[in-house]
Parts: sequence; structure tokens; C-alpha cells
Amino acid sequence: MKWLLTLAVRSAWNRRLTLGMTLVAVALSVTLLLGVERVRHEARNSFALSVSGTDLVVGARTSAVQLMLYAVFRLGEASNNIRWQSYQAIAGDPAVAWAIPLSLGDSHHGLPVLGTTGAYFEHFRYGDGQALQFAAGRPFDGIFETVLGAEVAKRLAYRIGDQIIISHGMGDVGLAEHDDKPFTVVGILAPTGTPVDRTLHVSLQAIEAIHLDWAGGAPLPGLSIPAEHVRKFDLQPKEITAALIGLKNRAAVFRLQRQINQHPGEALLAVLPGVALDQLWEMVGLAERTLLAVSAMVLAVGLAGLVAVILASLGERRRELAILRSVGARPRDLFLLLSAEALFITLLGALLGVALLALLSAVLAPLVQAHFGLSLSVRWVSSDELRLLAAVVAAGLLASLVPGYSAYRLSLADGLTPRL
Amino acid sequence: MPAPLIRIENLHFRWADDADFDLDIPRFEVHAGERVFLHGPSGSGKSTLLGLLGGVLVPERGSLQLLGNDLTQMRQAARDRFRADHIGFLFQLFNLIPYLSVVDNVLLSCRFSARRLARATAAGNTPAGEAQRLLTRLDLDPALHRRQVTRLSVGQQQRVAAARALIGQPEIVIADEPTSALDAERQGAFLELLRDECERSGSTLLFVSHDHRLAAGFDRELSLPTLGASGGDGNAR
Repeated sequence: MKWLLTLAVRSAWNRRLTLGMTLVAVALSVTLLLGVERVRHEARNSFALSVSGTDLVVGARTSAVQLMLYAVFRLGEASNNIRWQSYQAIAGDPAVAWAIPLSLGDSHHGLPVLGTTGAYFEHFRYGDGQALQFAAGRPFDGIFETVLGAEVAKRLAYRIGDQIIISHGMGDVGLAEHDDKPFTVVGILAPTGTPVDRTLHVSLQAIEAIHLDWAGGAPLPGLSIPAEHVRKFDLQPKEITAALIGLKNRAAVFRLQRQINQHPGEALLAVLPGVALDQLWEMVGLAERTLLAVSAMVLAVGLAGLVAVILASLGERRRELAILRSVGARPRDLFLLLSAEALFITLLGALLGVALLALLSAVLAPLVQAHFGLSLSVRWVSSDELRLLAAVVAAGLLASLVPGYSAYRLSLADGLTPRL
Repeated sequence: MPAPLIRIENLHFRWADDADFDLDIPRFEVHAGERVFLHGPSGSGKSTLLGLLGGVLVPERGSLQLLGNDLTQMRQAARDRFRADHIGFLFQLFNLIPYLSVVDNVLLSCRFSARRLARATAAGNTPAGEAQRLLTRLDLDPALHRRQVTRLSVGQQQRVAAARALIGQPEIVIADEPTSALDAERQGAFLELLRDECERSGSTLLFVSHDHRLAAGFDRELSLPTLGASGGDGNAR
């Protein structure tokens, strides 16, 4: 038995080039399969951890999923804003414990700039109820002060006291700059693994101030209001993008939601974050399953290639099998010899696939974090992935029976003298 | 007279997928220590007989006794073990496994038979030591023992195969045209070596070939096509 396995390994090594290619194919398909599963899992995790303790997300009427995407995950842009008065009415409801206004639309090097109030640092929760922590500095106080998310500070190498310029609109290039009104970094938040890390926070008044001399998305020609004069203007915001609401008692959530959805004078939408997330998963579930099915098929192709390569080699190895027969190998020994080869390649492919995935996620994690705000944790395999790996090995075991059985049949038919 | 080493009686074999061919051997005996030349032109059922003697084929009827054991009464696994323990095979060409070393090729016989491993090491040699001793006796220079088997000449390969057939002193050595790829001069030398080593290890040699000229030097010559007709020459000696 042990000798047979040694023999299988030596034989495989003898054909290492062809088997090496199939090994790569199997490893890549395992990487793909596990990668799809990992991204799926991490995306869900990351989204689910992005907001916590918020009972309602309020915005202009749109779909619940879209509101969540732009208000919480900073993905996409709002089609409409909500009036300040509407926000104040909601925030003033006796059932409301706290409200955080959110004003989006500007950016800095492609990263979102969020206008909000001090309530944000006080009430916003993520993960399983963690509050935001300052790694350095303090919340903004003056108009032209900003607090950076951890990722922003890290990527752009900003420190407390640095001056930054905010761009008008979202995007990375070709944007008009609010370069007459630079902001000073006064605080840097500790990493959270959520979109907060990629966000620059300023006050609502700052958002008003930098747009004073603007109209329709462009600076008004001939009109320039210097930064030192903005305090002379009314910096009370006219509208905001969305708001996060926390209730004193969760029991009131459906009443308040109905009330907001029927808000007179403005079409508003209030969603429960959990419900909206469920809707999101429902939407992407089909795509996820399709991706998983495609990667399972890629794996099947890889294993079929493996079986084909071993079966092709069997023709050349009939003489070898006859020699083994002549020295006393039983047909089932030859079954084992050939099956072991296929199984061995599958196992090696699975291991290599896992290693490749670990390497890829280590290399790609910063990129994915930067572009999608998804934090891919670099880790070994999860239990779900382990289950997938077990399925891979089971499929490999099943596939390995094919060359094993062929060798068995061949050795019975050929006996000691293969008819070549 | 002791019981014959090989005894075939009223044997009939037919391939399932080839109705035109069948092998009938009313009687065939080989005694211990004999060196028998079996003449078998192609198509005479040589491979079939080898398969039957090796226990990988089973006759339709008749008895097939080796060392007093009737192979037809054994299960397949027992026949495989019997072959491993008691028979050394030597084939025409490509006798070696390309990815194993010379010594590992010789030791293949001991991998599937504890009995032959025990006999190979009985004199206090390691298995590899015994393999090398046999190889040297078969005139394979120790410098060649480390060479890749695919880089040996055909004659050298056949000597490695002979060492594999002989290691662990099997009672029976069956050689199937082992010299057909050698030139006439080397054929003679190889046969000489093979016969000597069989004698030394006490193995009975059954040499099968289509070439009559090689029969010289054997104790007895039989012809496969006439085995049936002549009723066998079991008592010729």
C-alpha cells in the first residue's frame, strides 16, 4: 500500500510537465471557486457591519436598496435631496433619540466628502455596536475643519494640520475644485473596516460655505467669496441627502416609518437597514448563485482535463501495468495506483488553490478596499470554504475512479502481455 | 520421482472475444530443476499459456498445477500472490519501469512478495545489496546500477529484467522471447547467463521462443503447436 503510493508519486513525477499543467488548471479553478465564495461572504459581512444601531435611514423617495447604497455605503449618488425642514420635523419627533444628517456630493481624490454634525461622532455605530474612535485629533469645530477616515489618512498620507482641497462632485479627474477654501485636518478616525474609513467628514455649514459662490455645479463668474467672509452669510443648509435616525424605543419604528413615508409636502422614504439589506441580498443572490455555478463548472472542466490526461497516459503505461502485474500486483493494486494519482493531483490542486487565494487576497485587499470599500480580511479558510474544499476533494475522488477503473479493466484484459 | 513442478492436464481455454482461437493441452509437465525450451511461433497461443501459468487467465476446464497447487481452485487474489511468490517473469522488450532506478526495478519482485523479500535477504544482504549482487553476477557493471534505466542498452535492460525475475529465488522462471532484440552473439551470452543463474538459484526455467536455434543447451525442447497432438512429453526425461 505504502509502496504503491510511492510508486504513484514517482510515476506522477515522471510525467510532471503534463500533470503540472492539469495541476495548475485544478488549482486555478479551486481559487476561483473559493474566491467567489469569499468575496460573497466578505461583501455580506462588510455591508452588514457598516451600520449598527440605526433604526431608520431616511432619504428622498427611491428604492430602499438604492437609499442604503448611497447613504450608508457611499456607492452611487442620490437622485434627490430632502429639505432641511423635513429633516427637522423628523428629528423633532418625540420618539427620536438622535438624528444624523448626511450631505453627500463632493469628493476628495475620488473619496466621498460627507457633511454632517457632531452627532455623527457621538451616535453613529458600526460592527456590533462600536462607536467611532479618534486615532488622533478631535471632531471638527470650525467651518473649514475636516475629520478623515483611517483609510483616507493612510492612503493620502495626511496628518493633523494638513490642508486639503475638496472637489465638486464625485469622481477622480476633471472636477472643479473648491480651491479657494482649503480645509484643515483636525481629526483622524481609527479604522473601522466600513465605508467610514474612506470618508472625509466636514460640517453641514462647510458644505454650504464652499457652495456659496456656486450655482448649477459651477463657480459663478465674477463672484468670489473669500473664506474669511463666509460667516457673514446664512450657512443653515437648505437640504441634505439623507439622515440616520435612532429611536428611544424600537417599538416606534414602524409608526415613524409610516409617518415619514407619508410625509406631507415631500416624497420621503424611510427604510429599516436590515430589511433593505435583505432586499439587496435577494437581488444579488441570483448573481451570486450563477457565479458559484460557473466556478463549479470551471472546476468540473479542470477535473475532466485531469481525468483525460491520466487516461491518455494509460495507453502508454499498459506495458508498465503488465510488468506490475507480472511481479504480483493485483488488479485492485493498479486501480489504487491510478486513482491515487488523480486524487493526489486534486488534493495538491486544492492546497495550491487555497495558497493562491491567500496570496491573491493579500495582494488585492488594498485595491478592493480602495475601490469598493470592501474590506477583504486576509485569513485562512473559513468553515464554509472548508465545506467547498471538501466538495472539491469529493469530486476529485469521484473523478479518480475513472482512471482507476480503466486501469483495472485494462489489467484484466491485458494480463501479462498487453496487445499493443 | 517427485511431483512435477508444472502439471497441466486436459486444459482447455477459449478467449471470450475470439471464438476462432482456443488452446487445448492434454498433458504438459515440467520437473524441478529442468530447463525447458518451448517452441511457440506467433499465434500458437504462447501469450495465452503464459497468462494461464501466471494465473491471470483461468482455463475453461482442466487442471493447472504449479508446485502441487491447482491454480484453477484459487481465487484471483491468491493466484496473484502465488505468482508474486513463486514465478519470475522475463519478457521480450520494455521490461523495466522507466521512472524507477535500476535497483528499484529489480526489487519490484520483492515489493509484492514478502516471501521473495525474505529469501532475497536470507543471506544477510540488504534488499538493495542483493539486487546489486545479482546485477553484478549478470555482468552489469556496478557503474551502471545508478544509471537511468532508459539510458541502458537493450541487452543491459534485459539483464536488469533477468535480475528481477531471479531475485528471491522463485521456483519458476518463465522467459518469453527475452533475447529477440539482441544480436546473435549477445543472445548466446545472455542465454548462458540466464541458465547459469537459474541453476544457481535453483529455479526451473521455462524458455518460450519462436526461434529453434536457441534450443541448444536446454534439457528438453517442446513445441506448443504439437503439445496437444503429441500428448505432451512429460516423461521424456
